Amino acid sequence: MKGRIHSLESFGTVDGPGIRYVVFVQGCPMRCAYCHNPDTWEMNAGTEMEPSEIIENYERNKPFYKDGGITVTGGEPLMQIDFLLELFTLAHEKGIHTCLDTSGIAYKPNGNPEWLAKMDKLCAVTDLVMLDIKHIDPEKHMELVKQPNDGILAFAEYLDKMHVDLWIRHVVVPGITDDPVYLKKLGYFIGGLSNLKALDVLPYHTMGKVKYEKLGIEYRLKDVPEMDKNRVPELKGYILDGIRERRAELNK
Amino acid sequence: MKPEWKDFVGGKWESEVNVRDFIQKNYTPYDGDESFLAGPTQNTKDLWNMVLDLQKKEREAGGVLEMDTKVVSTITSHGPGYLDKSKETIVGFQTDKPFKRSLQPYGGIRMAEKACADNGYEVDPEISEFFSTHRKTHNAGCFDAYNQEMRACRTAHIITGLPDAYGRGRIIGDYRRVALYGIDYLIQDKQAQKDSTGRVMTDDVIRLREELSEQMTALKMMKEMAASYGFDISKPAQNVKEAIQWTYFGYLCAVKEQNGAAMSLGRTSTFLDCYAQRDLANGTFTEEEIQEFVDHFIMKLRCVKFARTPEYNQIFAGDPVWVTESLGGVGCDGRPMVTKMSFRYLHTLTNLGPSPEPNLTVLWSTRLPENWKRYCAKMSISTSSIQYENDDMMRPVHGDDYAIACCVSSMVVGKEMQFFGARANLAKCLLYALNGGIDEVSKKQVGPKYRPVEGDILDYDDVMSKFIDMMEWQADVYVNTLNIIHYMHDKYCYERAQMALHDRDVKRYFATGVAGLSIVADSLSAIKYAQVKAIRDEDGIIVDFETTGDFPKYGNDDDRVDLIAQEIVHKFMTAIRRHHTYRNGIPTTSILTITSNVTYGKATGNTPDGRKKGQPFAPGANPMHGRDTHGAVASLSSVAKIPFKDAQDGISNTFTIIPNALGKDAKVFAGDIELDLNK
Repeated sequence: MKGRIHSLESFGTVDGPGIRYVVFVQGCPMRCAYCHNPDTWEMNAGTEMEPSEIIENYERNKPFYKDGGITVTGGEPLMQIDFLLELFTLAHEKGIHTCLDTSGIAYKPNGNPEWLAKMDKLCAVTDLVMLDIKHIDPEKHMELVKQPNDGILAFAEYLDKMHVDLWIRHVVVPGITDDPVYLKKLGYFIGGLSNLKALDVLPYHTMGKVKYEKLGIEYRLKDVPEMDKNRVPELKGYILDGIRERRAELNK
Repeated sequence: MKPEWKDFVGGKWESEVNVRDFIQKNYTPYDGDESFLAGPTQNTKDLWNMVLDLQKKEREAGGVLEMDTKVVSTITSHGPGYLDKSKETIVGFQTDKPFKRSLQPYGGIRMAEKACADNGYEVDPEISEFFSTHRKTHNAGCFDAYNQEMRACRTAHIITGLPDAYGRGRIIGDYRRVALYGIDYLIQDKQAQKDSTGRVMTDDVIRLREELSEQMTALKMMKEMAASYGFDISKPAQNVKEAIQWTYFGYLCAVKEQNGAAMSLGRTSTFLDCYAQRDLANGTFTEEEIQEFVDHFIMKLRCVKFARTPEYNQIFAGDPVWVTESLGGVGCDGRPMVTKMSFRYLHTLTNLGPSPEPNLTVLWSTRLPENWKRYCAKMSISTSSIQYENDDMMRPVHGDDYAIACCVSSMVVGKEMQFFGARANLAKCLLYALNGGIDEVSKKQVGPKYRPVEGDILDYDDVMSKFIDMMEWQADVYVNTLNIIHYMHDKYCYERAQMALHDRDVKRYFATGVAGLSIVADSLSAIKYAQVKAIRDEDGIIVDFETTGDFPKYGNDDDRVDLIAQEIVHKFMTAIRRHHTYRNGIPTTSILTITSNVTYGKATGNTPDGRKKGQPFAPGANPMHGRDTHGAVASLSSVAKIPFKDAQDGISNTFTIIPNALGKDAKVFAGDIELDLNK
């Protein structure tokens, strides 16, 4: 089953543990205001590739990836679940660490049973999921990414049930996702997940802007400044507070 | 055992010149971290401020502070020079004061005159007259022997950067010998070598005997020079301070007499650590004192200067000396050769601040101690001043006492040397193949009048076969030009100080080099996988190309083109190997135009890969800028496919990456959630 690939990065250092071979798939239903890869939105673009070709590329340079593995990101990888399942199954046969970077948007708790069955199988060959929760508040989420967040939160709980390790990623944007109240709420939610292994708080940057200009798409955050990196420990602290609060409750 | 060697473990090194044996028996591997290191002393800070001040004045003066125009530089030509005698623990400058550039006309008087003139000085007319009338130079010798074809190739830049008007450099004396044995023993050893030559006076034997005499003269002069600074180096060094000083004096003699394209130091740190360990154990010196000696030594290396012309600086992108020092690596017995002294050398980047010189080069192995790896990474991040080379690749060829000359040329210290040979411009060679030897810029017939390509659309097999023929011709004229250059350099500008610190029978590498590899690979790939139409000017010479369709580009781990690059290097090396080389040098090649890629690009016309006339080449073995689109690993893998056996003089890849792409900032690192929560 061929996948639609946007691009390949042979030296990924920020998308999971170690040095990783990163597959950017083409196509995403989300329209996050700060998305830095708007060129991966379009569903019908990209280059078609077989999972075996990707594994072959990986294997050629295996020594580089000894503490890493393969990460599939995008775009939204779960929009191509058949391809993903085949790729990760193949990778697991070769003992390659697999990481899925997703928004969780494709997951519907009461959706298509066939799709959900595939998702169950995928969990068995996925070592780590990096789930990007854009906003904990349903309305703010809708405003920011033009999609609801109930499925995404359900997806996190589903992964917990399936015992798939989870990293939560959260982009902090000045004036949009840096409100201590919501950050703490986010922490409170993820504090309930026993599969949570790490929290990655990413300062918003504007490196994607130029792509919007090239694609002729309006950049919705054009007046928003970059997030000061030095504020990250403080903002991350609010989320950690939320986690602690939830865990304390659960341990009562 | 000599008194200076007390407490050292004895061995073969006592009865023969054998520094490696001394190191292996006496060094103490260190796998700890950097916490033992000492900061700069007040004297170090004061001295370094004086150097910074001189650097500033030099910049303000337009790049040169002072030039010697009257005294021809030799080992003993100048009296002692100091920054502040009372504060310097390691002493010695090339001339009688810091930042005064010496006059070195043996490579070529015109170059020496021009270097002065371009900086507003004039060589003493008597010296000019002497070196034009009475004493021939290396440069004059070369031009006496060149044939018409060589001159034409030189002018057209199909062979380029040739060391026929400047010192060839790239020879590393084993400066450690001065410290371990003292000069008297080395002179005795050289005398024995001279007595051991054959009795039949062939050209080779005569030359060897004359060279050994020159070497002994140089050794005597070293002693004299050291004496002018108040040191008796006839005997071995007694402690680490002397060992550093003696070693530096050996190096200083080399840079007093040779303005070479690269004047590298060798592999001194682990050797010197044997002395430091002994002194620490005996309480002779403290860690702070030893770091001070090292800081002052490195400071001196940062002050080595040569008189050069703006054209030279353009080829080499600045005014580099290439004081390369090789650090670390792993021994043949598997023990890492990292010592505390390796840390002290890198620590000078903290104590004195970052600097491109000396070119601190870490011989990297997967088996290096973890603490050392971390320290190197940390220092690379904070100073961007460290070069890395693959020890696991070079150790099987050279053992564990080799060093790097210039940027990538590996040679066993004191046992191997090289004849530096600049580059053959392969991109231009490809254009000559298309045009039947006519230069695409000057429109002159420079190469042989082979049949040019016919028709509009270029055919891969046809072009490849013509290219290989043209490369055979290029290799021929190139090697023979170099034969003349090295004959003349030995004759008129012999490196007596460096060679005095070598064995009698050295292995000589006959180094060649190529430029434009990625252009040729991509061009041939375009011809093979896309459609390339040749565009001819009114004289029927191909001057441009029209490419339809896409083609695989070198730098993406794509065998379709990477194998073309590999084949070119192999074919070139095969062509080089066919020829007689001066003094039976072992032919090697390098792919390392780190700095001259811009100049070479200027002299080369449009190429089929889409590069436009005058645009720079990629440096070294790098993919062309922006054509490697699959990330660093894929790009590095393409380079790594070039076979080391066909490019034994080194393959360089200039690698730039934005810090954020190397991983996360320490502050926003995604760590273990439990650790985060427990903070």
